[in-house]
Amino acid sequence: MSLPDNPVPGGAESHDDEDSPRARAEAQWRTAFEAAPLRDGTFETMSGVPLAAVHGDPPYPGQFPYTRGIYPSMYRSRLWTMRLFAGMGTAADTNLRFKRLLDAGGTGLSTAFDMPTLMGRDSDHPWAVGEVGRAGVAVDTVADMEDLFAGIDLGGVSTSMTINGPANILMAMYIVTGERGGTDRSLLSGTIQNDILKEYQAQKEYIFPPRPSVRLVTDLIRFTTAEMPRWHPVSISGYHIREAGSTAAQELAFTLANGFAYVEAAMAAGLDVDDFAGRLSFFFNSHIDFFEEIGKYRAARRIWARWMRDRYGARNERSLQLRFHTQTAGVSLTAQQPEVNIARVATQALAAVLGGTQSLHTDSYDEALALPTEQAARIALRTQQVIAHETGAPSVADPLGGSAYVEWMTDEMERRATEVFDHLDKLGEGSILEGVYEGIANGYFVGEIADSAYRFEREVNAGRRIIVGVNAYTEGDDGDTPILYIDDDVEDQQLARLAGAKQQRDSGAVVAALERLAAGAADPTVNLMEPIIDCVRVAATEGEIVHALEGVFGTYTEPAVV
Amino acid sequence: MTGPAVGTAGSQAERDPDRPEPVRVVLAKLGLDGHDRGLKVVARMLRDAGLEVIYLGLRQTTESILLAVEQEDADVIGLSIHNGGHLTLAPRMVEAVRAAGMDVPVVVGGIVPDMDLERLSEAGVFAVLGPGASATEVAEVVRAAAAARA
Repeated sequence: MSLPDNPVPGGAESHDDEDSPRARAEAQWRTAFEAAPLRDGTFETMSGVPLAAVHGDPPYPGQFPYTRGIYPSMYRSRLWTMRLFAGMGTAADTNLRFKRLLDAGGTGLSTAFDMPTLMGRDSDHPWAVGEVGRAGVAVDTVADMEDLFAGIDLGGVSTSMTINGPANILMAMYIVTGERGGTDRSLLSGTIQNDILKEYQAQKEYIFPPRPSVRLVTDLIRFTTAEMPRWHPVSISGYHIREAGSTAAQELAFTLANGFAYVEAAMAAGLDVDDFAGRLSFFFNSHIDFFEEIGKYRAARRIWARWMRDRYGARNERSLQLRFHTQTAGVSLTAQQPEVNIARVATQALAAVLGGTQSLHTDSYDEALALPTEQAARIALRTQQVIAHETGAPSVADPLGGSAYVEWMTDEMERRATEVFDHLDKLGEGSILEGVYEGIANGYFVGEIADSAYRFEREVNAGRRIIVGVNAYTEGDDGDTPILYIDDDVEDQQLARLAGAKQQRDSGAVVAALERLAAGAADPTVNLMEPIIDCVRVAATEGEIVHALEGVFGTYTEPAVV
Repeated sequence: MTGPAVGTAGSQAERDPDRPEPVRVVLAKLGLDGHDRGLKVVARMLRDAGLEVIYLGLRQTTESILLAVEQEDADVIGLSIHNGGHLTLAPRMVEAVRAAGMDVPVVVGGIVPDMDLERLSEAGVFAVLGPGASATEVAEVVRAAAAARA
């Protein structure tokens, strides 16, 4: 069956009884579709064949359990957001880049922080040597955040911040930056990654042990629920789990389990599920096994919808709809014959689009060698534009729905994920949150991921799995790909800025604010966001705030397990 | 702080006195770089090849690595670097080994652009293993490093 009005051969809908479930689903879909705005575009093939907006069987896109997409019109209303993640050098360097982006009509800013910032350490920490401003922008005090967004109206942009362990601190800096520029926190719009559980499982950028860290996540969910209605307080991320070596099904299962864990933590803190669940979002990988990836996205939406409704009692439709960002698989890129990566990225990006992603980052072909050059990043963006405007893929929602293979793969992904949920539920004695804590403590997640990574590597080694240019078709690697080098001056500039900021502030006020924060940390009923905002206002550094919290929470060290 | 994970393919008791002792290698990540997928795979590859692996894991310092080398009587240090910091971190490790009066070779694995290979070699790094190095290659290079020491 095909919808809506243009005739497609074989359409059987006219024979259906008006009151049949199918007819009702169709009528409901049609009403929703007609209410949705359409973007400018030609919804016919390049040969002039008119296209229905959806084909196949109900439930249709926009209908529970959203296997076929969360919107009735999908990309006919709005293409996915082409969001490219970047950051470099000092705050002033990145600010310049932001302004160029906004001048070119962009409305979304995406911030990459350098490693010391991600780990909650100041630029003058011994660990920071050689890392300052290298893989992102360095932020030590609110002054750096103010530089980063200088001259930008924070009420008029949406900002994405990729930060986890110290997320509350960077959030506080952004709030104070808004305040000083005349934008109230209630008007700030954007997303902060703030997904700490996957750090213990995969990315390893943790600071405190899991339980106090989840308290910080919950504090931010509560705070944004009460004060920042336009902010997305957690982006639950499978990307890093997959990059660390998991299978597609493990990425799906661990990520959704982490999502359930945050839902349970926020509900335990007294929130109603429908008050916050609609502002949770997800972030998945798109790897190279095309149909497996598509099955994964479809299964993710279906599982989330059912669990949110049936296990957590959500009633608001938005709480049931899994929205996600996708990034192509950095780990699939090869250092050998790097130009071939352009083909890999295109394939992965198409899988994400056919899987119904809301936004997409395409990797640059040179990322197995170094940070991307501007030329390589441009090709990555152009790849998305080819898919969006030339392939016709966005014309029809869930174009693979109804394929026997894709439907089977979707069921299979769900079945495998369900096995993991059952295991965690048992580990946690009826609580996924406790199951995840236990899985972190007993090495379940890191062990499963390392096993999968090793199995894959052995298959490549044995030649059972071909990686083009690596273990087959190796001729033609000329090795002259241009590479980006980062200026070493950045570190000196940032150290001088930090020293200056420390000299200008009222150190008595800093000590007092840090003491109040530590006292609040010792009382689990206190929401730490306001005490952290107070520290930021008096120019306490990120490292000082982390240190004060470490004094109460402790520091996490991973058991060295191979 | 958790102790290093020590593992070997066969147990100590089975060792034939006529056969040479297995090569002992310390594997570590220096500094903040959290990419440990490759190092964990290499640890298992080396174990399967019969080497003895002392896996230190993440967030090590030159001091913590040297301490492990001393305590475990290791033959080789394997450093994994994926964040572009190889020109800073690897020479610093070699310097620390020399300053401690040891002669333990340093092998680097990870993402190192071709044009940096010579500088690492000049700095005293024994070898660099890039992505795509096979299990056999990795074990051969570590064994060669241990042999070069004696």
